[in-house]
Amino acid sequence: MIRSITRQKPEEELDQLLDGLGRVFIIGCGTCVTLTHTGGEPEVKAMKETLSNKGKLVTGEMVLPVACDNLTAEALKEYGEQIEQSDVLLIMTCAFGVQTIARQLEKMVVPALDTLFMGKETGVGQFDEICTQCGTCILGETGGICPVTSCHKGLVNGPCGGTSNGKCEIDSEKDCAWTLIYSRLKELNRLDSMRKMQKPRNHHGEPSPGKFKLSA
Amino acid sequence: MSTRTPSKLEKILAAGHLAVTSECGPPRGSDPEAITRKAEMIKDYVDAINITDNQTSVTRLCSLASCIHLKKMGVEPTLQMVTRDRNRIALQSDILGAASFDIYNILCLSGDHQIFGDSPQGQNVFDIDSIQLIQTVRLMRDEGKFLGGDEIKRPPQMFVGAAANPFADPFEIRVPRLAKKIAAGVEFIQTQCIYNLEKFELWVKQARDRGLHEKVYILAGVTPFKSAGMAKYMKNRVPGMDVPDEVVKRMSGVPKEKQAQEGIDICVETIQRLKEVEGVKGFHIMAIEWEEKVPEIVERGGLYPRPKGIDN
Repeated sequence: MIRSITRQKPEEELDQLLDGLGRVFIIGCGTCVTLTHTGGEPEVKAMKETLSNKGKLVTGEMVLPVACDNLTAEALKEYGEQIEQSDVLLIMTCAFGVQTIARQLEKMVVPALDTLFMGKETGVGQFDEICTQCGTCILGETGGICPVTSCHKGLVNGPCGGTSNGKCEIDSEKDCAWTLIYSRLKELNRLDSMRKMQKPRNHHGEPSPGKFKLSA
Repeated sequence: MSTRTPSKLEKILAAGHLAVTSECGPPRGSDPEAITRKAEMIKDYVDAINITDNQTSVTRLCSLASCIHLKKMGVEPTLQMVTRDRNRIALQSDILGAASFDIYNILCLSGDHQIFGDSPQGQNVFDIDSIQLIQTVRLMRDEGKFLGGDEIKRPPQMFVGAAANPFADPFEIRVPRLAKKIAAGVEFIQTQCIYNLEKFELWVKQARDRGLHEKVYILAGVTPFKSAGMAKYMKNRVPGMDVPDEVVKRMSGVPKEKQAQEGIDICVETIQRLKEVEGVKGFHIMAIEWEEKVPEIVERGGLYPRPKGIDN
């Protein structure tokens, strides 16, 4: 399953963001951030304690089932009064959740997390970015391994000169994407694919910000 | 081979001479003398001088301006261009800028990742890669067109180069990678520094077996060690570098004060041996912050004097 991968902001940054805002309502999420231990029930409780120790008044806290879901509007209503009493909503979800909530309420929002990437759980507690949603998929020519995402330079025409023992020049712990692609294509007897000239990427394939509407 | 551009480097190679190029790293400041002083030391010993483009991702005076300083001295520059920092609009624009100063050589590179340099938090652009940059320059030159398809008035006339690293792994894709760059339109190659001669010779042999040595001029890259410490550093710390143990041993085996000379000797011996290898059409001497040694290396390597009377 795809997960939104997040990291808690440094304490000093949060202190600055909450400076002068005495009454805080905390919102977590039961999905991705629960899995990554950045905004689930225990983290929300810990945040409540931290803020209380700093002299903030926590008017309430809740963990939404799925913060980015449209039902969030309904769930928030249950806490209407506590939310109303607060100066700010401290939101321990990914930025999708933060924005979903911000659209529902006329309240100042402060994200407690930084949103890093859309990741896939590839092992216990291990999340990897395997797709950057570039809009111009070439997986059919790279043995199902994405160089746009997995190569640190996003090279689409083969490796740079920095591969060392199958690892990337910038991180000896990280496999060189093109070595993986080469090995896979060799296994599949499809090395010819590496000869193909990939054209300069169509960055308009992922016009930023992306927008998509189902046709009637 | 016939020539396609006014490049002096191309003419020298086409005439069948072993070419000699070197390179200068621009300063971390705006003093033009930092470039002209280095160029002055080596200009009579080389056919063209590469100017690196923010090498190792450390911010420096730009390659294009440095090339213009060389041009004003009457020295033939090779503009190194990496795709790390600029998108296709900026790259094409800088190619035109270089062409407006009649810069006739370009080396197309992807570039070191920015994490190595002074701005690890900077945006990693890589809008296009080195192969696409080769294609871009050839399109601009040969068809007089921008990537977007529009016509260029007074197209650039550039001899198009790229790098090759015979030592990065997997080894078996290194010759196919060269072939892909040739298919993209590259005309000369400057290789990674060579210390493992057997491996380099095997790479050239595999290139010869595919006839690639007749489709591209290969300039063998050499860098003299200043010390045993530098040899060890290059062996252990520089990605994609292959320094055999016996070379490190040889450098360590002489007293410290004689190591610099030993480094020069190894470099000269490398040139002498590789001169005889079919498919090697010249040398690219990268004497990193040691430009004053280039004349000695060129002379002792039997590459002096340089061909006279060949100009743009």
